[in-house]
Amino acid sequence: MTRAYHTQVGSRRYGFSNLAELMAKATPARSGDRLAGVMAESAEERVVAQMVLAELPLSTFLNDALVPYEDDEITRLIIDDHDAGAFAPISHLTVGDFRNWLLSDQATPEVLQSVRAGITPEMTAAVSKLMRNQDLILVAKKCRVVTAFRNTIGLGGRLSTRLQPNHPTDDVTGIAASILDGLLYGSGDAVIGINPATDNVAQSVKLMRLMDEVIQKYEIPTQSCVLTHVTNTLEAIEQGAPVDLVFQSIGGTEATNKSFGFDLATLAEAEAAAQSLNRGTVGRNVMYFETGQGSALSADAHHGLDQQTCEARAYAVARKFNPLLVNTVVGFIGPEYLFDGKEIIRAGLEDHFCGKLLGVPMGCDVCYTNHAQADQNDMDNLLTLLGVAGCNFVMGIPGSDDIMLNYQTTSFHDALYARRALGLKAAPEFEQWLARMQIFDDIDTHRLSEHVPRAFAQSLRHLPGEASHEQ
Amino acid sequence: MSSDHTPMSSRNASNESRDAGVVDNPWATLRAFTDARIGLGRAGVSLPTHKLLEFQLAHAQAQDAVHCPLDIEALTASLDEALELDTAPLALKSRATDRATYLQRPDYGRRLSDEDRERLEAQADNTEPSDLAIVIVDGLSALAVQQNSAPFLTALDQALAKDTNDWRLAPVTIVEQGRVAIGDEIGALLNARAVLVMIGERPGLSSPDSLGLYMTWAPEVGLRDDRRNCISNVRPAGLDVDQAARKLLLLLKEARERQLSGVKLKDRSEDDVVEGIGSTRNFLVAD
Repeated sequence: MTRAYHTQVGSRRYGFSNLAELMAKATPARSGDRLAGVMAESAEERVVAQMVLAELPLSTFLNDALVPYEDDEITRLIIDDHDAGAFAPISHLTVGDFRNWLLSDQATPEVLQSVRAGITPEMTAAVSKLMRNQDLILVAKKCRVVTAFRNTIGLGGRLSTRLQPNHPTDDVTGIAASILDGLLYGSGDAVIGINPATDNVAQSVKLMRLMDEVIQKYEIPTQSCVLTHVTNTLEAIEQGAPVDLVFQSIGGTEATNKSFGFDLATLAEAEAAAQSLNRGTVGRNVMYFETGQGSALSADAHHGLDQQTCEARAYAVARKFNPLLVNTVVGFIGPEYLFDGKEIIRAGLEDHFCGKLLGVPMGCDVCYTNHAQADQNDMDNLLTLLGVAGCNFVMGIPGSDDIMLNYQTTSFHDALYARRALGLKAAPEFEQWLARMQIFDDIDTHRLSEHVPRAFAQSLRHLPGEASHEQ
Repeated sequence: MSSDHTPMSSRNASNESRDAGVVDNPWATLRAFTDARIGLGRAGVSLPTHKLLEFQLAHAQAQDAVHCPLDIEALTASLDEALELDTAPLALKSRATDRATYLQRPDYGRRLSDEDRERLEAQADNTEPSDLAIVIVDGLSALAVQQNSAPFLTALDQALAKDTNDWRLAPVTIVEQGRVAIGDEIGALLNARAVLVMIGERPGLSSPDSLGLYMTWAPEVGLRDDRRNCISNVRPAGLDVDQAARKLLLLLKEARERQLSGVKLKDRSEDDVVEGIGSTRNFLVAD
């Protein structure tokens, strides 16, 4: 039998029939690849695949499309937008050389930025499969991706948070209570973002107004987002709703996105519509994307690829539309895709690395579900590792418990832990606001005020049942 | 909810902790308006000990709910007591042989074991056509199934009895290590026009006991999610069994009338689902 890639180890001959199989078998073990039937059959086969992959020229990925060009608009996006000039300095490298080069002193932040447009998602996925966790951290730390809307996210030494005030019935008082809690713990500079319980246009507009009023009244240098379908947000914009960011879950194949109910043209339309509102004050990044390994397989749209390669391809979609935030929701999908804390942590670091190398403003929903073999200690580990790696943002939720989506993510307290332990700060504009509002006594040492700041103390007097019936 | 049931409640813990550097949050009173874990207070920037332990207890309960096996004998007894069943419930197994396999192989959980499939096939000729097959599945929380099945079926029984349609029921089945789609295979083998799957949902930290209801018209193997209708969060502190039974009956009647289920049905009943926003005043922006 002819095999495209083969090698001999001792008396055993290994063969891999195509690039997709080689990539899948070189991938560190995870349950989703086992479910898809693409995982290496032994530990030895995995390392052999990595060795074969290491010898492969990077340029292979420009000639051997993992999903056919004719069948998939994301492959077309990757190939058509590839910048040969930017690729030139690394075009002679193999995947194994590429790892060395990324880690080398030659690859400064400036150099990494200059080759970005020449790197494809498949190249990042391939090299990540050869990298240890510390490699993923060290290289990601060199890749800075800065974006802006009403504040500036992704600067060195900063860690931002999405304030996620979800409520199982979208109750206004319940949501406002979680927003207050978050703000008073210094959360919300990446975005105040609600997953609506009732997902339709009318409800989304209500929630957009709610957040817009809070942002305006307290003059918070941040942005809001309702995480509803892109077509709902487009309708909301037409109705004149105060839309800061447009949300969409995205995947790495055209068929995945079709199952999500959109294509690249929809995203282009959405970006233009949100930009036309001119609501940003310091920047024009208006998109918020979420991704996660396993989404393509879950939609039966993975084309025989491993889930990490599919995930990296989603970042090609993201970077096309200049997002403010891209969030890999790493542990949400469940143990059939990432079984335990170890697999979740590895995937989180891979996603962050691949995204950053491609120039995507990566954040991470450091999270798990109750049927995964994971706990708070695993989340502490991943949060710390991502903090070291220079992750742009993480989630913030009261007490780690999302009472609407039924999973656990990082809390307001967790973000302050990371900032304090690693010497990280909020986005500069937001940091100044936290100090001005006297939410912190000493912002430099992350020392919170012991008292409720005056502006918020006044609002607490307006609690239902405690005030007269205005409006 | 959970804090009142824990050995160390916030009431006895907060005062004594002040000496140890715990800062309470005055806005903790807002917990009257939400189950979110707000106003937890802090030791430095970290969780106070008793709040940390409350969380750990809730997580332990949720994990136990995932791994606790279904007690079929106890469930059968509770169903016998609550309902007058003509035939004893039939216990079935999926292709997932244990919990570890179940968690990693959703495809196995969607299909009956060969043995049970053959059993139902052998009986198929003697199985009278029915209007509804009730399939109870452990899913991700046996606890949810154990606690809510009998009360819900009692409520459903009453709702069906009052309906103008006659609802002939297939024998009740109970499935171990099952996922939602296994109901389609069972419903088809039982010659039922519709199937109701009652399944333990993925446990939330504050809701380890949540039951999900999934209804399919004309069940058969291989149907996708868009052919099912779902009613979620059935539990004492969530959607109560009477409301859930009422909602389900509406869906069943409409499915029967239109001979379909899933997305097309959902579109028309959406008004019912949009109960939306309970309170409308945002205290943060009230002047």
